[in-house]
Amino acid sequence: MGIIEAKKLIFEYIRRDEEGNVEGITRAVDEVDLDIKQGDFVAVLGHNGSGKSTLAKHLNAILYPTEGTVWVDGKDTMDEEYLWDIRQTAGMVFQNPDNQIIGQVVEEDVGFGPENMGVPTKEIWERVEESLKAVGMYKYRKHSPNKLSGGQKQRVSIAGVIAMHPKCIILDEPTAMLDPNGRKEVIRAVRALNHAEGITVVLITHYMEEIIHADKAIVMDKGHIAMQGTPREIFSKVEKLKELRLDVPQVTLLAYELKKSGVNLPDGILTCEELIEALRL
Amino acid sequence: MLRDITLGQYYQADSVIHRLDPRVKLSATVLFIISLFIVDNFIGYIIAAVFLACMVKISGVPFRFMVKGMKSIVFLLLIAVVFNLFLTPGEAVVTVWKLTVTKEGIRIAVMMAVRLVFLIIGSSLMTLTTTPNNLTDGMEKLMAPLKIFRVPVHEVAMMMSIALRFIPILLEETDKIMKAQIARGADFESGSLIKKAKGMIPLLVPLFISAFRRANDLAMAMEARCYRGGEHRTKMKPLVYQKRDRLGYLVMFIYLAACIYFGRIFRIQEFIR
Amino acid sequence: MAIILDHVSHIYEEGTAMEAAALKDVNLVIPDGQFIGLIGHTGSGKSTLVQHLNGLMKPTSGSIYYNGADIHTDGFDKKNLRSKVGLVFQYPEHQLFEIDVFKDVCFGPRNMGLEEKEVELRAYEALKQVGLEDEYFYQSPFDLSGGQKRRVAIAGVLAMKPEVLILDEPTAGLDPKGRDEILDQIALLRKKTGITVVLVSHSMEDVAKYVDRIVVMNQGCVMYDDEPGMVFRHYKELEQVGLAAPQVTYIMQELKKKGLDVDTDVITIEEARDGILKALKR
Repeated sequence: MGIIEAKKLIFEYIRRDEEGNVEGITRAVDEVDLDIKQGDFVAVLGHNGSGKSTLAKHLNAILYPTEGTVWVDGKDTMDEEYLWDIRQTAGMVFQNPDNQIIGQVVEEDVGFGPENMGVPTKEIWERVEESLKAVGMYKYRKHSPNKLSGGQKQRVSIAGVIAMHPKCIILDEPTAMLDPNGRKEVIRAVRALNHAEGITVVLITHYMEEIIHADKAIVMDKGHIAMQGTPREIFSKVEKLKELRLDVPQVTLLAYELKKSGVNLPDGILTCEELIEALRL
Repeated sequence: MLRDITLGQYYQADSVIHRLDPRVKLSATVLFIISLFIVDNFIGYIIAAVFLACMVKISGVPFRFMVKGMKSIVFLLLIAVVFNLFLTPGEAVVTVWKLTVTKEGIRIAVMMAVRLVFLIIGSSLMTLTTTPNNLTDGMEKLMAPLKIFRVPVHEVAMMMSIALRFIPILLEETDKIMKAQIARGADFESGSLIKKAKGMIPLLVPLFISAFRRANDLAMAMEARCYRGGEHRTKMKPLVYQKRDRLGYLVMFIYLAACIYFGRIFRIQEFIR
Repeated sequence: MAIILDHVSHIYEEGTAMEAAALKDVNLVIPDGQFIGLIGHTGSGKSTLVQHLNGLMKPTSGSIYYNGADIHTDGFDKKNLRSKVGLVFQYPEHQLFEIDVFKDVCFGPRNMGLEEKEVELRAYEALKQVGLEDEYFYQSPFDLSGGQKRRVAIAGVLAMKPEVLILDEPTAGLDPKGRDEILDQIALLRKKTGITVVLVSHSMEDVAKYVDRIVVMNQGCVMYDDEPGMVFRHYKELEQVGLAAPQVTYIMQELKKKGLDVDTDVITIEEARDGILKALKR
């Protein structure tokens, strides 16, 4: 069994009009099966409203399935007894960097999770130090979060999650509100954690260039899984991706266009180097 | 820039006063304010002045920062002085038009002014040397006995520290929304009071919506990080009294005793003689 | 006529230890009808710059002229300026406040003191211009999707019938399709009405195919100001200041280095494809 597993996961919510009468039921997540192995880097893609964020919130028991089951480290998220275990095992980073930092000083924010878990004071300090070092924010430990850039704030949020020693970290569009530099910073930090610490990463995003390094990519549409496979497999289906309101990196698109025009190229070219290589210059 | 406003105007420095436990500073500030109302003779004020001057000196905070805090009470100070000056009955010194300045009036006005000025300097000294979250920590700990009466001390402290964190963000947001509405021709300045109040709607509605959205996000983020109230919680920076803190309390009580003795009893003895 | 910035500087907290220059000696001419991309990373001064264009911020030195008049002289009608130079802020949907979409769009023109009929006419027209369907007009703006809310907010500025439309990162937080839809709509609007557009963005790739001219800001200064292809020639310098030229630029530059005779100034994928095909045939 993987670190995160879901079987026939369904999430429905009831829409109500202004008087509170039921208008209808929306199925945000529709029969999703997941099996994520310890140490994997999994990217979940999809346009806004595809159900990817709703799915993510099931992975650390913020939302509960209407039908089906989610297991985190073998524990059913519906089981209240394990609620705090699950939230500690699967940490979560959200989209808006301002709305998830609680502390007024960087180090205090990172210490917030361990404090809640009842970790002894001395160990909190050790954890804060190691977590801030892991995301490269140690020298900002005494700073006010308000004075950091978006990318730095998100790295602090990531440190705040790592300090809880999770096995898995779920990032719900952590880069959507950042500029290109901030995006790179955050992705670099996440990759480093995956590599060096072996933490399982579930990255939810709609930026295609962020998934190139993932072990596996899942594309969501209308609440269910529309495509899954390695990034290369996904990227080789340019038409399908466009249908799903997603982008393709310019190199991949160019290679695809050249291929359509009769140039002999393989499918799913991901980088500049690969294209040049394939053109045999 | 709005983001740079630090609430509680903390001044970064490394002094004994900065390092003191916030509980000591909180109690000391309360005691100092009490002392100002105990003393009512010249010697008492001298003691208070010397004590305050020493504390300011030790704190390493430039004096002009204390004066900054004073600006906001200039008006209050003037009113207090003017009223006392003219409306205290007693031995007349000068009469201007229908108003008479009395000897007692001068005495009370001066005393009032000195008290207010000392009070502001004293409390700014606390806020200047204590970070806001240190302050909330201190309050939480000091108020802890109130838990017996079911006062949600931890929750209140948590609310205070969240408010402190979000006030600069909301201020910036207010500025942004205001600019956006001005760009759409909104007018927040001219017109009658009613028109002005109505004109605030395009600012307040988005601001409230944003505040609720942030609150919602934050609550979710806190839960995701295993927050479940004050129980089982450990502290990253627990408050533990050090030697200097005990010394701080001692100094404070000596000061208070001096104030009571010289500022009140001393004068009474004079009278008896 | 045009907007002219003459030696504009903006320094925060001038004369204190906190002194910070947000704009340094910016000279810029924005002629009628141009589609300009204003590019820079966070903190480069681009947002500060656009707030100067409609008089929301005042330069600490230098002057700004709109149609020949200095906008900071006494008696200059700033309210009129703001209806002529429409500014759409970042995440503009955060400023919506009315109970329905239509009323919200009416806010701008109503503030101009227009007749009620004209106000409604303009609101209707603006909502059509951003491509919002009639069925949403009387819904609460808060029930719409992110992309729709943003359109409503843009319509709120368009309803004032500005001559210049400035959009501060209009695609932030949208998904790729939503981004393309908004940008296509703006391009269409410009084609139809000939309105001047200034598009602020941190992504060269997003704006490259739409704009006539790119102005690159860095540390409060104008770093480059030219046609897109010419600006991208400096892709190495751009990288040094934390900006990236579109990926096609890199591909074409690399191909050229490897000996394939291609034009490196291409902007779109289609141009790149045609260029490579042509070079391969040779």
